[in-house]
Amino acid sequence: MSTRRMATKAIALVAASILAVIAGEISQAEAANKELKIGFVGVTSGPAAAWGTSNVRSMQTRAAWLNETGGVKIGDTTYDINIVSFDDQKDPKRAIAGMEKMAQEGIHYVVGPNVDDGAAAVRPVAEKAGIIYFPYAFPKELYVTPASNAVLGMIASYQSGPAIYKYLKDKRGVKTVAFVAANESDPLSQRDSGVAAAKALGLQVVAEKDTYQNDTRDFTPVLTPIVKLKPDLLVLSGVAPANAPLLIRAARELGYKGLISTETAQDAKVLQEGAGELANGFISVGGASTPEIRSPAMNEFIDRYTKMFGEYNDESNTKVYALEYILETLKANPKAIDNVEEFKRTMDSFSAPNPFMIGDNKLRYVGSTSFGQKRQVAVPMVVNEYSDGKFKTLFVGEVD
Amino acid sequence: MAQVIANGVYLGAQYALIALGLTLIFALMNVLNFAHGQMYVLGGFITYTAYGQLGLPFIVALLASGVTLGVIGALIEKLLFRTVIRRSVREESTMLLAAAVAYFLDAVILLLFGEKQRGVPKIVNGVFVSDALIMPYDRLLIGALAVLFIGAFMLFMQFSKPGRAMRALAQDRVAAQLMGVRVDRYSMIGFALGAMLAGVVGGLLVAITGVNSGIGGPISIKAFLMVMIGGAGVVGGAIAGGFILGMIESVGLSVLHAYGDITYLVIFAALMVFLSIRPNGLMGKPWG
Repeated sequence: MSTRRMATKAIALVAASILAVIAGEISQAEAANKELKIGFVGVTSGPAAAWGTSNVRSMQTRAAWLNETGGVKIGDTTYDINIVSFDDQKDPKRAIAGMEKMAQEGIHYVVGPNVDDGAAAVRPVAEKAGIIYFPYAFPKELYVTPASNAVLGMIASYQSGPAIYKYLKDKRGVKTVAFVAANESDPLSQRDSGVAAAKALGLQVVAEKDTYQNDTRDFTPVLTPIVKLKPDLLVLSGVAPANAPLLIRAARELGYKGLISTETAQDAKVLQEGAGELANGFISVGGASTPEIRSPAMNEFIDRYTKMFGEYNDESNTKVYALEYILETLKANPKAIDNVEEFKRTMDSFSAPNPFMIGDNKLRYVGSTSFGQKRQVAVPMVVNEYSDGKFKTLFVGEVD
Repeated sequence: MAQVIANGVYLGAQYALIALGLTLIFALMNVLNFAHGQMYVLGGFITYTAYGQLGLPFIVALLASGVTLGVIGALIEKLLFRTVIRRSVREESTMLLAAAVAYFLDAVILLLFGEKQRGVPKIVNGVFVSDALIMPYDRLLIGALAVLFIGAFMLFMQFSKPGRAMRALAQDRVAAQLMGVRVDRYSMIGFALGAMLAGVVGGLLVAITGVNSGIGGPISIKAFLMVMIGGAGVVGGAIAGGFILGMIESVGLSVLHAYGDITYLVIFAALMVFLSIRPNGLMGKPWG
């Protein structure tokens, strides 16, 4: 009898425990936010890994921060942000596979790809699946009608190049310019637009055909004939952060005394380690946030990124923006959460405070001048000069 | 012209040292080590950490790269390649294994050292300047060290007991075994030596070109190119292939620069013609 009573008590206790656990799970589920998946398709391995890695880590840092502080309220619903990433290995075929994966997961907003051919390759998938994507690629046909699903996530070289060359012509007396680029679609198209811009400004282009394999490790043979021409300005068109210090070092060691510039974002520590003081004076289009213009929120972002991943990447000064634009636009029009046409409609009039800059700077879509429609995020065009391990702001511009 | 020749000789010395380890492993085991470039990268990162981050002397860092890669190479041979070679009759199994090791090392390196390009402070400052030639002193030093390492390696292979045993293995594996050469032991030593060479050259060149996690694949491809030119499995061929490729690159980039990037187009076209005439490369296999 006593044994039976004990068994009954034990069963009751177990049943009560199970019910308590189930009740707890249910209440937790009720309290948890809904999930909003945002995609990333870009390069996070290979020689150009720095481009995509800074992208996805910026997104992950910002998402973790937002989730930690209660999520993002869009309309009446609060969401936790889940970043779904796909490494396309800088291969257009894999980029397509990545965008298809995003479509299968029901994702409507994707950041990336990082390069021209990848961005062009994913366009049909994105348009068919109803995905708005934010490439870091410059082909105008992605942003000009009839295309309407791509939003340029940075300043294009054909927008920054003329501003830089004009500044250097007016302020530093540059008269002759030489271009060198990797033998790949992005750098070559950036070189061509740079050459056109330089010629339009009346600069004499002394070298415009010199190229190198992207996996070159020693640039002395590449730069020997260019340095002999003694240009006032050497433009490293579309140079990858991994190659920039090697090119600068080789040019300086060959005795080149002129200015060196690029239209791509670079990382100060990479320049410091790879070229040391030889990189002093190197001009690049920096991340869209320098110490002079950055807000406390941007400083916190940098701290959080550093804590999460061990080391900050200066390219994230620009790449912090894409996710912010997506979320703020969805906040402005909650119907766009699963309807990209609503998103597109909102872009024309969208405006929200820019949390990453001091002053009353706004997040807004631009690009009317370059693309005939607003298909570019408005980030400040910060032109930097590298000096002793840090970037100093030369000037800040903007595009429309 | 002196500048172009000096650039070619310097590049050639680098390339020859990179190709040596690859051709050694191929000669001994008939294994195309696709992970050679990744071993180079790992060696570079070890030197970067020891010299650039911990502040140890460069030579200690270089030693650390060589020893670490030697141990890793020995373990890879003993635990992976030896097993696969013993169990599989298909030669492509070792190629698949080598590719898997390459991908594995790529992922490990990316996780451990991150995606950024890394560099170390110059080991020697200053630049040699004359009317005809400009060459930084650190390049001269690295070039000289590369030639020294190549010489030491050749002497080791020619006159040491393990060197003779490995040459015997490369010439005829069965005959060497019948003559009492311990095949397993010297295969492991050979693989370790090949990996060690990759690690040393990676460490050596981090002082000039830096290192990043994504360059392993391209380095392997370039090493294969040199080995094909010189003749697979021939030490002298790898050295010749390295210097030939370095010189062609230097001359091509100087002479053809006005026509865009056709240097490698010319190199590959010439290589196709060359291989159709001499499919075993300049010196062919085996070595003697």
